[in-house]
Amino acid sequence: MSLLEVDKISMRFGGHVALDAVTLHADPGLVTALIGPNGAGKTTLFNVICGLLSPSSGDVYLDNKSLTKLKPYKRARLGLARTFQRLELWSLLTVRENVQVAAELRAGFGSDGVDPRSEIESIVERVGLSDMIDHRVDELPTGQARLVEIARALATKPRLLLLDEPASGLDDQESEGLGHLLRELAADGLAVLIVEHDVQLVMDVSDHIFVLDFGRVIANGDPASIRTDPAVLAAYLGSSLEQPS
Amino acid sequence: MSDFLSFTIVGLATAAIYAIGASGLVLTYTTTGVFNFAHGAIGMLGAFMYWQLRFDWGLPAPLAFLIVLFGFGPLVGVLLERGIFRGLQGTSEAVRLVVTVSLLFAMIGVANWIWDPQENRLSEKFFGGSSFKVIGEIITYQELLRVGAAVVVAIGLRVLLYRTRAGIAMRASVDDRPLAALNGARPDRSAMLAWAIGCSLAMLAGMLYVGGIALEAQSISLLIVNAYAAAMVGRLRSLPMTFLGAIVIALVQTYWGAYVPQGSEAAWAQYFGQSIVFAIPILILFIVLLALPAARLRGHGLTRTREFYPMPSWVGASRFAAIVLAGALMAIPLVAAKDSLTIAKLFGTGILVLSLVPLVGLGGQVSLCQFSFAGIGAVTMSHLGGGSPIGLVYAMVFAGIVGAIIALPALRLSGIYLALATAAFAVFMDRWVWKLKPFKLPFTDVTIDLFGTAGSLSVERLKIFGFDSGAKGKVLGMNLSPEDRQLIVMAVGFVAVAMVVVAIRRSSFGRRLLAMKDSEAACATVGMNVTGTKLAIFSTSAALAGLGGALIGVANQSTNADNWQFLNGLPVFMIGVVGGMGRIGGALFAGISLQVLNTMAAWPVLNTRFLGMGPAPEGWYSKFAFASPGFMGIGLGRNPNGAVSDMRVGFEPILMSRRALAIVSIGIVGLYVATLRVDALNGWIFILGTVVLLIVGAQIGKSDAIAKGTLEPDPDPSIEEFDGTHLEWVGIDRPVTDTDIALLDSKLGLTREALA
Ligand SMILES: Nc1ncnc2c1ncn2[C@@H]1O[C@H](COP(=O)(O)OP(=O)(O)O)[C@@H](O)[C@H]1O
Ligand SMILES: [Mg+2]
Repeated sequence: MSLLEVDKISMRFGGHVALDAVTLHADPGLVTALIGPNGAGKTTLFNVICGLLSPSSGDVYLDNKSLTKLKPYKRARLGLARTFQRLELWSLLTVRENVQVAAELRAGFGSDGVDPRSEIESIVERVGLSDMIDHRVDELPTGQARLVEIARALATKPRLLLLDEPASGLDDQESEGLGHLLRELAADGLAVLIVEHDVQLVMDVSDHIFVLDFGRVIANGDPASIRTDPAVLAAYLGSSLEQPS
Repeated sequence: MSDFLSFTIVGLATAAIYAIGASGLVLTYTTTGVFNFAHGAIGMLGAFMYWQLRFDWGLPAPLAFLIVLFGFGPLVGVLLERGIFRGLQGTSEAVRLVVTVSLLFAMIGVANWIWDPQENRLSEKFFGGSSFKVIGEIITYQELLRVGAAVVVAIGLRVLLYRTRAGIAMRASVDDRPLAALNGARPDRSAMLAWAIGCSLAMLAGMLYVGGIALEAQSISLLIVNAYAAAMVGRLRSLPMTFLGAIVIALVQTYWGAYVPQGSEAAWAQYFGQSIVFAIPILILFIVLLALPAARLRGHGLTRTREFYPMPSWVGASRFAAIVLAGALMAIPLVAAKDSLTIAKLFGTGILVLSLVPLVGLGGQVSLCQFSFAGIGAVTMSHLGGGSPIGLVYAMVFAGIVGAIIALPALRLSGIYLALATAAFAVFMDRWVWKLKPFKLPFTDVTIDLFGTAGSLSVERLKIFGFDSGAKGKVLGMNLSPEDRQLIVMAVGFVAVAMVVVAIRRSSFGRRLLAMKDSEAACATVGMNVTGTKLAIFSTSAALAGLGGALIGVANQSTNADNWQFLNGLPVFMIGVVGGMGRIGGALFAGISLQVLNTMAAWPVLNTRFLGMGPAPEGWYSKFAFASPGFMGIGLGRNPNGAVSDMRVGFEPILMSRRALAIVSIGIVGLYVATLRVDALNGWIFILGTVVLLIVGAQIGKSDAIAKGTLEPDPDPSIEEFDGTHLEWVGIDRPVTDTDIALLDSKLGLTREALA
């Protein structure tokens, strides 16, 4: 069994089927990517995994434990952290305080003695925001705000990290830095599940890719096989998937 | 059986009024997103206007009825929409709430202003109370009118919303205003229509209620709470369910009143008998709240807000505390003993406002029942205090526990439900709990006795650490009357609570509250129990209010139910928000304004000591004083940080320059000593002199700070406008000047330091 198992999740909004029996998994030490055109259901799947939406049917397991009945905060306490595509930062607080709130909560609810409160500055440094640490987050441009979200998620010392389009709004250099960071996190033993439109970045960093289209998984495999998969190429018709990396 | 039938008819006639009131509320809420706490007050205005036309000026009833229904109703609706609510689009739920609560308050004030509440305003039943018989049952034409009106409203709304273009546009604009606009609907027009119809319906309900009663502005306005309960059954959305809710509520009320024995000696009848009839709608409202499904966690994407909650430093907080305490001590020799008590109560109000700061300012939650918690504190203090500070602890514990119980059902839901639940709780206390006569709990020997048989309790004065606040005589060389001692106790209490609030803001709990105010979704995904956190802060806030109430009771030496009425508590909420919920200074500001405005109790202070004028005049301005917290609240939205942040920005430069600080402090001390010594000088001149010193000091401080480079000079107003040329055309219509560049730089924040 993988750390994260998504088992035949379906999600309907009224008559609209946003997710249709989606099954996927993510493992520690690997970067798993979830790609697909806009509106494919990627963000919806993240919301289901972390409990902000309850699915119409199907189950989510973390480490063989069913999450389906757990509230979002209970899931977070089991080691699940995420970032948001539409940023959900605490704009009344500084970068430091954003990370601090998460670290303080983790120190409170963790039973493993991990206390990330002393690591706030190193976590902020890790995402490259040391210069901005005492700025209010609503003063930051979108790209850097995304990095704050990652720092905040890391401060909960998660086992599974869900990143929703973390590279949008970053410049090339920052994207590259993000790629390194993701590889490092995987090397540390984290399971990383990333939704990203930057195909270059996805191909570079991921070990395994799931492709979602109209709420269905249409393909999965390593980057090389995804690049040549006919169903994927059809879904991405006209996009940049075929560019050599 | 025939009794049962006639009670049913009476109940249905009442249900008709609730249903009409509630349907207007639901209509405006679903169309515009504004939950109008003033809906009942609008109905009340309709009732008074009808009374004026019909009974004072003697117009025929149908004419008066139609003028209000199709004239005043839509007119008030359109004026409110254009004047107030249109400007509220895109503001936070809290601001909208304050505005409608303020409107409720202002309307009651205006009604009492126009129609003197001392006079008795009787009305006659519709159709002279005549009736007809159907299968042996007597039905009055008034009942027929009420039920008939409700049926017409139900059918009319159904046709409007589903069969007409305007109605369909109204339903569309609920979901998505911009989208509806793209599809050719005109949301502003829909909103205006909704307000016009909503106000007409409110006034219709108000007028139908008039038949046969004496008009009283406050009770008619609060009748709306019964309609809230009906609207809640329809989840603030479904009109058919709202009508059903109205019928159930009114029938339960009527049957209860009819079949539960009144005035019996049995214990249960003593507390369930009479007064609970009026609390039944609220009990139903709470049951419905419990049954509603939990709301989704709120998130909103990254917003740029104008609100700002700076981290208070301990140094700054201590300075604030020292100034407040010194001010209180300095006031003692200046004012008469009873005025010391007035000032003491000002701090009491300040504590109640402070209790809201962590809840509203940090946590983004709302409570309209702080006065009820304060009342619980005061009653506890009277029963268990006996002059001991332990009583204060009990007061906090009780108020905190009750707070938690009230909040629990509402916290799972979105903000407006919490506002409703707290308002309903306050009215519940007014209508039932505070009115309970002493009674024995069934099957026990425990007697529950809140306000005794007299309806009023005495509260003993505090003895703390050997300081007897009820005694006279010298302490540390100062001659202190018992009233002076209350002032000291209250000032210390205020400062202590202020420190607690500062400590909360600085703690990890405070950071969590600010985070929760911003994005609940993000809080949950880092492992925060959002409901638990809300519960904790709500309960803390209730406990602080309980402490404030206990201290106010101590200062007054007594407490009664009238002290803690729902309506009396609203100004605390409104002025607190206007004063600024992010700062402890805002609480002091609110305490002072309320004391000055609301009770005009400050008048005797000014009068005896400073002005030497006659007794406090009764007149338009004391009525204005009653209504003005409402007006202030309505004006909110210009500066969400409150009035104190404006003042602070103005006077901050004093602290930036040693010279200015020295001039101001030496000046004030000198003036104070002179006031005590020289007969010709009085407290009035002292206050004026202090204000002048502060203004001059601020100017000196500003120029010093600019010279030192610690403060940016005010932008030169002459370069503000790009000479009237639009930015896009600068450089095309006319050459770019240095002034343009300077202005652009300052707008972009490219100051000298930023570039260096
Ligand atoms: N709360 C919702 N209500 C109705 N439809 C929704 C909701 N959230 C998402 N959808 C729909 O579900 C589909 C998937 O959306 P989303 O998960 O955001 O896609 P992606 O992240 O892949 O771009 C879209 O068609 C979207 O309109
Ligand atoms: Mg998405």
